[in-house]
Amino acid sequence: MSFANHVIIFLVAVPLAVAPVISLLRVRHLPWLMACITSLFVFVLSIQLTQSVLHSGDVTYALGSWPAPYGIELRAGALTAMMTVIVSGVSTMALWFGRYGIYVEVGEQRAHYFYAAWMLVLAGLLGIAVTGDAFNVFVFMEISSLATYVLIAGGPDRRALTAVLKYLIMGTIGATFYLIGVGLVYMMTGTLNFADMEIRLADVENLRPVLVAAGFITVGLALKAAIFPLHVWMPNAYTYAPSAVAVFLSACSTKIALFILLKFDFFVFQKNLAGHDVQFSWFLMPLAAIAIIFGSAVAINENNIKRLLGYSSVAQLGYILMGASFVTYLGLSGGILHIFNHALIKATLFMAVACVFYRVRSAELKDFAGIAQKMPWTMAAFVLAGVALIGVPFTAGFTSKWLLIKAALEAGVVGYLLLAVVLIGSLMALVYVWKVVELAYFKPATADLSRVSEAPLMMRIPLWIMVLMTLYFGIDPSYPVRLANAAAVSLLGHLS
Amino acid sequence: MFILFGVFLLTFLIIISIAIIRVKSLFSAVMLSGIFSLLMAANFFILDAADVALTEAAIGAGITTVLFLAALALTRETEQRETHSRVPLLVLAIAAAPIIFATFDKPRLGDPNAPVHQHVAPWYLEKTPELIGIPNVVTAVLGSFRGYDTLGEVFVIFTAGIGVLFVFGVHQRKAAISGGELAQQARGIRHHLIPRIIGKIFIPVILLFALYVQFHGEYGPGGGFQAGAIFAAGLILYSLLEGVDKALQKFPPKVLPWFVASGALLYALVGFVCLALGGNFLDYSVLHSNPVVGQHIGLILIEIGVGVTVFGVMLSIFLAFAARESK
Repeated sequence: MSFANHVIIFLVAVPLAVAPVISLLRVRHLPWLMACITSLFVFVLSIQLTQSVLHSGDVTYALGSWPAPYGIELRAGALTAMMTVIVSGVSTMALWFGRYGIYVEVGEQRAHYFYAAWMLVLAGLLGIAVTGDAFNVFVFMEISSLATYVLIAGGPDRRALTAVLKYLIMGTIGATFYLIGVGLVYMMTGTLNFADMEIRLADVENLRPVLVAAGFITVGLALKAAIFPLHVWMPNAYTYAPSAVAVFLSACSTKIALFILLKFDFFVFQKNLAGHDVQFSWFLMPLAAIAIIFGSAVAINENNIKRLLGYSSVAQLGYILMGASFVTYLGLSGGILHIFNHALIKATLFMAVACVFYRVRSAELKDFAGIAQKMPWTMAAFVLAGVALIGVPFTAGFTSKWLLIKAALEAGVVGYLLLAVVLIGSLMALVYVWKVVELAYFKPATADLSRVSEAPLMMRIPLWIMVLMTLYFGIDPSYPVRLANAAAVSLLGHLS
Repeated sequence: MFILFGVFLLTFLIIISIAIIRVKSLFSAVMLSGIFSLLMAANFFILDAADVALTEAAIGAGITTVLFLAALALTRETEQRETHSRVPLLVLAIAAAPIIFATFDKPRLGDPNAPVHQHVAPWYLEKTPELIGIPNVVTAVLGSFRGYDTLGEVFVIFTAGIGVLFVFGVHQRKAAISGGELAQQARGIRHHLIPRIIGKIFIPVILLFALYVQFHGEYGPGGGFQAGAIFAAGLILYSLLEGVDKALQKFPPKVLPWFVASGALLYALVGFVCLALGGNFLDYSVLHSNPVVGQHIGLILIEIGVGVTVFGVMLSIFLAFAARESK
C-alpha cells in the first residue's frame, strides 16, 4: 500500500475510527491527548494534500475501488484542500488551547464522550469537504451536525440546551431541504456524483424538478451557513457553547456549508440552468450587503462579547458571500481568501475571549472593564486580531477586503454601492472592536479583579501562534492567495 | 389494485397526521404516531422497499413508541395549552408549494424510461451477481458499492448514542420506575398479567428473529440496522415487563458504551484492513484470494458492526430515559 495515494481517505477515516476508541477511554487526560494527536496528524495530512493539489491538480479516490458514479468518489481541488487545512488546523489549535477550559466547563466525568464527539465533528466536516458525492455530503453533514449539538450541549450554562434545541431544529430543516433537493436531482439524473450530475443535467435542464432542487439546495445550505436572514440560531449557539467549541465552530462549521453551496451552484447548476449566474448574483448580493450592515449594527449594540463576535460573523460571512455573488475571478478569489482569513481571525478572537472567560467566568462586556491591566497578553492578542478583523493593512483581514474592493470596482455602478458597504462595514467593525478595547484598557474595573491573573501559559501559546499567523498572512499572503486563485479558476471553469 | 392500495394508505396517512396534530391527549398522540409508522411501513412495502419497511416497523412503530411512553411516564399525559402561532403553517405552505410544482415534470412512478432506472441501477442489477455474488442487490449497494455511506450512517447512530450518554448518562442504581409502574403510568393498564406472560413468551422469539434478520441480509430484506433494532426491542420489552432495575442488573450500564463503540469501530477497521491488504478503503475484494468470497466476508463483518452499534445505541437511549430519577 502506498501511503501517498490514500492521504485523502485518511483525513476522514482516521478521526472517524479514533472516535469510538476515545469514547471508551476513561483515563484522565488521555482522551484529550489522543484527540490532539489525531487532529495534528490530520492537519499534517491536509497540508500534504494541499501540496499535491497545487503541484499536480485534483486528487481523486474511489472508495471500495468501485468506479464513479457506481461507487462513491472523493475529490479534492484547491478549494477543498484549503477547507481541510482550515478545519484540521483550527481543530488542533482549539484542542490544545481548550484543555483547561473544557475540564472546567464540561467536567472530567464525561470528557471522553466530549472528545469523541469532537473527533466526529472533525471527521464530519472533513468528510463533507473531500467528497465528490451529493448524498455522501448529507451523511457527513448528519455526523458533524449531531456531534456539534453534543459539543454545544456541553456548555456550562443551562441555556446551552435551549440554544442547542433551536440550532437542532434549524439545522435539521436545513439538512432536510438539502436532501429534498438532492432527491429531486437524483430523480431527474439518476446519479449522485457531482461531476456526473453536471454532465447529465444538461439533458433535463430547466425542467421544474431541477429548478426546485436548485432552490431547496440553496436555501437549505444557506440555513446551515447562517446566511442572513437565516442566521438566528448562530450567535446563541456560539455564546453558550464551551469556549473551545466556539473557537472551533466559529472558524469552520458555517464555512463548510458555504463551501458546499459554492460547489453545488458552480459545479452543477451554473452551466445547466439558463441565467443561473445572474439569478445567483441578484439573489445573494443584496443579502450579503444587508448581512454586513445588519450584523455589524447588532454587534455594536451587543453587551455579551461572545454574542458580539457571533453577529460579527454574520457580517463577515456577508463579505464572503458578496465575493461569490460577483461571479468573477477577482470576486471569487477575494471571497474564498476571506474564508481563510476570517477563520483565522475569528478563532483568535474567540480564543482571547475564552482566556478572559477562564479567569473571570463571564463574557459580559461590563466585566471586561480594566481587564487589560491584569491580562495584558490576552488583551493585546484581542487588539491585534480585532485590528485584523477591521481590515487594517499588514493583517490578514486586509488582503481579502482589498481583493473584494477591486472586484467591486470592476462591477460598475452596483459595485460602487457595494464598495461603500464594504467600507461602512469596516468602520462599524472598528466601532465594536473599539468598544471592547476602550473598556478593557481605559475604564477602571467595576468588579473585583484582585484575584484575576493572566491566562495559563498553555492557553497563551496557541493564542499567540494564531495572532502571529494572522499577522504573517497579512504580510505574506502568497500561500492562501495561491489557493484562493486556483479555487476561483476551478469554480469559474464550470461556467462556460 | 396497486393504485387503490396506495391511495387508501396515503389518505389514511393524512387523516392520522391531522389527528396527531389535533389530539390533546399525549397518550393518544403516541399511539397514533405508532399507527402512522405502521402505515409508512406498509407504504414502503408496496413500493418494494421491504428492508426499509422492516426498519420503519421496528424502529418507528416499535421502539419510538416505547420511548415516547417512557417519556410520558416522566411528564404529564395531556398537552399544555398554548397559543399556536401561524408561522409554522406558513413555512410549511411555502415549502410544500414548490415540491408540488416540481412534481409536474417528474417521471411517472415506475416508468422504465426514467433516468433513475436508466443510469446506475441497471449496472447494479447486472453486476451484483458477478461482482458480489449475492441475490439481494440492495445489500450489495448499501454494504459494498456505497459502503462508505453506510459507514457514515453507522457513525450517525454512534454519534446519537454518544450524545445521549453525554447529556443524560445511564446510571445503575438510580432507576426509580419499575416496569410495572411504567406500564401503569404510561398505559393505565391495571391488569397487566396477560401482556406480561404473553410478552415473556415472545422475548426469545424476538431475539431469535433478530439473529435471523442479521444473517439473512444477503438473501432478502434484512441486515444489521433492522437486526440491531429488533434485538434491542426484545430487551426493551423485557425491561418493561420485569422492570428497569432488573434489566440494568442483566445489562450493567458499564457494558453499554462498549457495544455502542465496538460495532462502529469494527466497521471502520474492516476498511483499514482492506487498505493494509493493498486495496482501497472498504474494498472487501482483497480480504480473500477470491474477490467474491472477499466481498462476502466484508459484508458479513460490517453487518455485524452495524447490528452491534444499533443495538447498543437503542438500548442506551431507552435506559437513559427509563432509568432517570423521576421527580
